[in-house]
Amino acid sequence: MRYITYLIVGIFFGIIMFKSEAASWFRIYEMFQFGSFHMYGIMGSALAIGVIGVQLIKRKNIKPIDGGEMRLQPKDKGFSRYMIGGIIFGLGWALSGACPGPMYVLAGAGYLPILIVILGALLGTFIYGLVKNKLPH
Amino acid sequence: MNLFYDPWPWYISGPLIALVMFVLLYLGKQFGMSSNLRTACSALGAGKAADFFKFDWRTQRWNLMVVLGAIIGGFIASNFMSDNIVTINPDVAQQLADDYNITSANQAYLPTEIFSMENIAQPKNILILLIGGLLVGFGARYAGGCTSGHAISGLSNLQLPSLIAVVGFFIGGLVMIHLIYPLIF
Repeated sequence: MRYITYLIVGIFFGIIMFKSEAASWFRIYEMFQFGSFHMYGIMGSALAIGVIGVQLIKRKNIKPIDGGEMRLQPKDKGFSRYMIGGIIFGLGWALSGACPGPMYVLAGAGYLPILIVILGALLGTFIYGLVKNKLPH
Repeated sequence: MNLFYDPWPWYISGPLIALVMFVLLYLGKQFGMSSNLRTACSALGAGKAADFFKFDWRTQRWNLMVVLGAIIGGFIASNFMSDNIVTINPDVAQQLADDYNITSANQAYLPTEIFSMENIAQPKNILILLIGGLLVGFGARYAGGCTSGHAISGLSNLQLPSLIAVVGFFIGGLVMIHLIYPLIF
């Protein structure tokens, strides 16, 4: 039963990604050309509401449905992994025109070449796992 | 405006993405799409090759259900809720046509020059997509998250590491579009 809930959340998320055009290569390209406010508006408004909501959760000490704690742990401190990893991610995001969420959405929308991107992403994740200990973090 | 069929403006899309994050938090989970790639590697047996994949991937099944949902959501939106045409800034569309011979802007959801079944057999397109995906997968795990985990979840929680990662995302993206695209397209 719980899995059905996550499935519905995923369907909702997939529809948002497609309908917002955040899953479109063109929108990513346009964003990096500063050609439209659209993508910045999506991220900015999600973020504005996100910041306010997370503050509310913390101030009012709101708990998840099953008790326990909200998954809002601080991220590990550091610089190199975030900056270098971020740049590598950004290069791939702009080259393929897709970040991980939209990859799945585009597969469902029937754009089969996106499967090559997903295969690449799995390989990239695997390679990271192999060389993780040799990288600065 | 027909909200069911037309593209959603940013001021509807952004708040709905925040809602997804809050629903997952309320369910006791964290919004993050790229961690599914690690889960998939683990489920495929990568734990034999690296400790990074030695964890009980079954605890992440909930997130794989989100992925399955996202696939279904993409199917529903594309088939029943969209004409699958993305309209972008006409200057950017013109630039794509002039500089890279990509003329499908304002006619398709993804550039047919790369993503159509006729053109995907070209080795160059396969390489672009494979290397693009590789960088996304590697970078997301190195940085510990992607657009959802850092740009939305992490920044909403005012995490400095997420801000560094998002700055990195944009440096990488800008370098790719402005410096590397002219070399490859």
